[in-house]
Amino acid sequence: MRLPKVSGEWIDRSRPFSFRFEGESFQGFAGDTLTSALLANGVSLLGRSFKYHRPRGVLSFANHDVNVMLQQGNEPNVRGDVRPLQDGMDVKVVNTFFGTVKSDKGRCLGLISRLLPVGFYYKAFHTKALFPLWEKLFRFTTGLGEVDFSTPHARTPKTYDFCDVLVIGAGPSGLSAALSAARQGADVALVDENARPGGSAVYQRGGDPKTLEALTALLARVTEHPKIRLFSGAYAAGYYKDHWAPIIEEKRMVKMRAGSVVIASGAIEQSAVFRNNDLPGVMLASACQRLIYRHGVCPVKNPLLLVANQEGYRAALDVLAQGLSVAAIVDLRPENEARGVQPLAEKLRTAGVPFFWEHTVVEALPGANSSVQAARIAPFSPLSGPAGEADFARVEEIACDGILMSVGWAGAAHLLYQAGTQMRYAPAIEQFVPAELPEGVHACGKVNGVYGEAARLLDGERAGSAAAAHAGFGEARSVEIPPEAASPSHPWPIVRHPNGKNFVDFDEDVQFQDIANAIQEGFDNIELLKRYSTSGMGPSQGKHSNMNLLRILARLTHKSPEVVGTTTARPPYHPVPMAILAGRGFHPQRHTPIHGRHAKAGAVWREAALWQRPEYYRVAGKEREDCIRDEALAVRQGVGIIDVGTLGKLEIWGPQAAEFLERVYTARYANLKVGASRYALMCDEAGVIIDDGVVARLAEEHFYFTTTTSGATSVYREFSRLLTEWKMAATLVNHTGAYAALNLAGPNSRAVLQKLTTLDLSGAAFPYLAAREGTVADIPARLLRVGFVGEWGYEIHVPARYGGALWDALLEAGGDKGIRPFGVEAQRLLRLEKGHIIIGQDSDGLTTPLELGMDWALKMDKPFFVGQRSLAIQAKKPLRQALVGFTLPEDFSGEAPQECQLVIAEGEIAGRVTSVAFSPVLRRFIGLAFARSGENQPGAKLSIRLSSGREIAADIATTPFHDPENAKQKEKA
Amino acid sequence: MPWRLLRFAFSDTHPEPRMFAVPPRLKPAYDVVIIGGGGHGLAAAYYLAREHGVTNVCVLEKGYIGGGNTGRNTTIIRSNYLTPEGVRFYDESVRLWQDLSADFDLNLFYANRGHFTLAHTDASLRTMRWRAEVNKHHGVDSEVVGPEAVQKAAPMMDISCGGHAPILGALYHAPGSVARHDAVAWGYGRGASQRGAEIHQQTEVLGIDAPGGKVKGVETSRGYIATPKVLCAVAGFTPRVLKMLEIPSPIYVHPLQAMVSEPVKPWLDPILVSGSLHVYISQSARGELVMGASLDPYEVQATRSSLEFVEGLTAEMLNMFPFLSNVRVMRQWAGMADMTPDFAPIMGKTPVEGFYLDAGWGTWGFKATPVSGKTMAHTLVHDAPHPLITGFSLARFEQYALTGEKGAASVGH
Repeated sequence: MRLPKVSGEWIDRSRPFSFRFEGESFQGFAGDTLTSALLANGVSLLGRSFKYHRPRGVLSFANHDVNVMLQQGNEPNVRGDVRPLQDGMDVKVVNTFFGTVKSDKGRCLGLISRLLPVGFYYKAFHTKALFPLWEKLFRFTTGLGEVDFSTPHARTPKTYDFCDVLVIGAGPSGLSAALSAARQGADVALVDENARPGGSAVYQRGGDPKTLEALTALLARVTEHPKIRLFSGAYAAGYYKDHWAPIIEEKRMVKMRAGSVVIASGAIEQSAVFRNNDLPGVMLASACQRLIYRHGVCPVKNPLLLVANQEGYRAALDVLAQGLSVAAIVDLRPENEARGVQPLAEKLRTAGVPFFWEHTVVEALPGANSSVQAARIAPFSPLSGPAGEADFARVEEIACDGILMSVGWAGAAHLLYQAGTQMRYAPAIEQFVPAELPEGVHACGKVNGVYGEAARLLDGERAGSAAAAHAGFGEARSVEIPPEAASPSHPWPIVRHPNGKNFVDFDEDVQFQDIANAIQEGFDNIELLKRYSTSGMGPSQGKHSNMNLLRILARLTHKSPEVVGTTTARPPYHPVPMAILAGRGFHPQRHTPIHGRHAKAGAVWREAALWQRPEYYRVAGKEREDCIRDEALAVRQGVGIIDVGTLGKLEIWGPQAAEFLERVYTARYANLKVGASRYALMCDEAGVIIDDGVVARLAEEHFYFTTTTSGATSVYREFSRLLTEWKMAATLVNHTGAYAALNLAGPNSRAVLQKLTTLDLSGAAFPYLAAREGTVADIPARLLRVGFVGEWGYEIHVPARYGGALWDALLEAGGDKGIRPFGVEAQRLLRLEKGHIIIGQDSDGLTTPLELGMDWALKMDKPFFVGQRSLAIQAKKPLRQALVGFTLPEDFSGEAPQECQLVIAEGEIAGRVTSVAFSPVLRRFIGLAFARSGENQPGAKLSIRLSSGREIAADIATTPFHDPENAKQKEKA
Repeated sequence: MPWRLLRFAFSDTHPEPRMFAVPPRLKPAYDVVIIGGGGHGLAAAYYLAREHGVTNVCVLEKGYIGGGNTGRNTTIIRSNYLTPEGVRFYDESVRLWQDLSADFDLNLFYANRGHFTLAHTDASLRTMRWRAEVNKHHGVDSEVVGPEAVQKAAPMMDISCGGHAPILGALYHAPGSVARHDAVAWGYGRGASQRGAEIHQQTEVLGIDAPGGKVKGVETSRGYIATPKVLCAVAGFTPRVLKMLEIPSPIYVHPLQAMVSEPVKPWLDPILVSGSLHVYISQSARGELVMGASLDPYEVQATRSSLEFVEGLTAEMLNMFPFLSNVRVMRQWAGMADMTPDFAPIMGKTPVEGFYLDAGWGTWGFKATPVSGKTMAHTLVHDAPHPLITGFSLARFEQYALTGEKGAASVGH
């Protein structure tokens, strides 16, 4: 029911909105949430429960109210309690079968609820043949909202932000903490999940208008303070290491790094446990107060209050202040123990409200529309006598249209737990409070066990000052915090009812007896109990059920709550949409300086370690395989050019540069002449090959060297680590992105290059494996005579900004020789013809150089290199396998072998094909394969099993297949 | 029809006994002490009792049973490994899994969903083919399939993965399954307990008494117990236990994280894994999407969650399933993965007589729960490794006889 205008309300009555719920049209106001608008329309049945499909209404109205989970268009599991109402919204209840929330057929599950006790699904349905059918049924019944496959990929921004002090929670203590820290000079970020700040001061008024005035004044000081930034409608989803908190706004994540943190997240009201405590109309008192003061809605006209603290009395006064009535106050405590409520109680008595001390509600009775129409109450003696607590012989019935529960709280300590806070149970207030806080983490207010209005402000002042001091601003002031006058929480707000339906966890429909049964079955550890009973595993993650769960466990196992402990509070605090966490979906891609030219030339791309590399260049009217073959033939017969700028390019200087390379690579570099280069092979400590490249000596103490494309980052990282660890006098620089590199290869490569350089390119002056510095097309360049593809060739490295110019110059210079660019695929074929391996393809996570027949690259007489010891041991043992070359007969036809098909010997796996391709120059299939060591003599046969299961025979051949004498690198006589 | 549920309707009391007895105190001596009340430790106790009649067994658990990696993994069960040792071992495990619910008379929700390991590069496609060929050789149902087969199994998926990592094919493993992980620990615990083994929770091992390289007993937080045989099955805590005996190990511990979404109506049947994108996903019987990624890049012996993890994983999830933009992440957590250099476990005897190791379970321990329990029980009884685990000995690291499973790990490490 909508109330007359309430002072301080968040709704704008001048802006009416219409919306649809379960197909019916309703009206609300700007500033409403879906739930408040529905309640204003007198709709109390707002959802169906997860397991038994029981009718549900509002419970907490605090962003974890799973009773009201809605589908809004393509968005599942929308919380009606916090989703702002917008004009034209259309929502449906998520958990109904064949019908609306009123006619849900799923409610028949409630009729057989006795058959479905805790863990029932573990105890049946597991006949092997039938389980798949049962599983289909389970899958039909579970889940909440629906995923709409047409939902577009939402890309949201992320922001990095910094502050000195992050205050989480803008209730009285958080506001006070923010002011206190800002006064000391700290930059403060203040975060609150509600649409407006103020926390419980907004609604826990006790019918007293002065509370609003005080809050308004406090808020004014905060919003006017230049050092405080307020994030409203945003929640801190978690606490991560080093004071890092993701702040989730409606459509953005702010990643806030703070100097120190104040957790002022308040407390979450806990429900009482009695029969039918889930009926629409039974709600937490704070929910009703929020509805009244934020949205001008009171969902009940004549509620009964079940209380055990001052807050309950204030809630009753808040109801009265709206001109409504209160059916009764049922206080769990004896009158003489209800400290601090007398003045409040007096006002209620004056208004004629009947009181029942030491009583409890044992059952809520539903009316025609499933809402509460009466409460059954009974005397209650929780702290003495047997566990029969309520006296069912003396039950009386009180008519009411709602039950407001105000029996206790649980600190919203999730972020404190995530920060590593040691918590202790404070019996005086029946709550876990911080015992030992991590450095730079502070807590104040209700989460710190401080409930008094004045005390919360003082506690905030203390925590804010300490947090500012930790961040380097001022001194921590000591502030005296008065002790609590009375416990805000009752130790046992729970009734065992013989007929059950007394819910502990609303998300999962867990009843008292389910918990007791689970404990009986041996699940008497809080974590096991949670997992078996599923209490706390639903969308609200136990926010309303944790305390009652542990109280029941403690009582039934005769332990203290302290000993029982709580379950772990994992992030996020509230569930976060994936799109917000994912952000824009940043996907880095690296382009070489020649990228645009490749694109123009028709490159078909392949990704390699984030780089885009041309796989081949598409030629109109030609198949992929033909393009690749033509590129390869161009290199063999004329000249080709490939962009190898993706290779790792490192440089090392210093007196110990040569010594360092000696240690990390297997070959010798101390004796490498200036102006010469040498193959470089890198192993790990087990002697397994991890990378290779070429080392060139540019000066006595100066080397330039390459790594594989995929290894560039990790090799640089590992070398940097080793350089530091070994404390060597050398400087390592990663030039991978700073240099462009091209490989000009083919019989005509020298003629093309000679046009552009004054360097003497004769075989005598610039022999195979030599390294030179000079200019090419007037560009300063480093040149290496290489032969990876098995032809006369040069690798030309120039500063990245000249890469494009060099490419253009070479293409132009080679025009008359028919130069053409070739891609990665042609290079793979060419190197295979030459018998060169590709690490990661012709090797795996266990391959040693010995198995590849690369003993020549190992200088075992060096004092040390990484992997040397392991290789020395393995060299004495028989080899597991060895890499061999193979060919198929020229007339081979039919299904060709593929890489990674198995080599079979005597019916067992002997190895696998690592590389295979059709060689256009050799006119046959050639390949490399692992075979059993010793069975790899040229002339012998190799049996390859195709994927079809058929085995084919290949001829073992010596490698290189192409130019075995290396004649191509020699000057023709 | 599950008529057995009717007994709940016709009984005034809850007609279910305790699943596990709680022995009031530790006995002074046991034939076997198992350190670690996770799936592996409890399974070993179960098979010791069931297959070998060894029931004077004590399982020591410092927390609660199944609270370690048994309760933290993403519950995937498969046998599409790369080495013959691995394939045979995990294949036996899958066979045991299939009958486990019946063995326990407890529904483990063992759900056969089919498992796709997606390949986005020709290099990963090569590895898939290698695994498929090795699997087929050993009679394990695996095959390389094209992108169209992936699309058919998950019609709603964007198989171009946002355009930047198109799926080129996949290794399809029909027996791939998921199970309710906690219940596995409970089932083994109940079975072991019913047969006489004792489970002591909240009991921490403080030291192992092994004078002269021979086990004599175990020092616990509740006193000393004598025993000639100790099985260590503590996953991420292995280095700490081995330190008590000064046994050097090649294990390094990295956090492995996972997360679940809020429940949504079931839409995803198969289990999908992408090594390149560091994503694995399945949908539980509750409707939650269970998602995991690669190991954290640093060595940390803690179970702390990180923000980078959820950011990275959700970004890749949305590339594959853009329509999940509005689905919410409900919970994230971490476990401690005990990694080995060759990604195969360490099982069997150790240099200390009477001390047996079941470790190095990295990211592949849950699926091995039954077979590890069975083979370790055999190994303890015979004081010799079960034939299925001879390739997994601790000594292989000294002998350079590694069992290379790196290529078969489901996601990058």
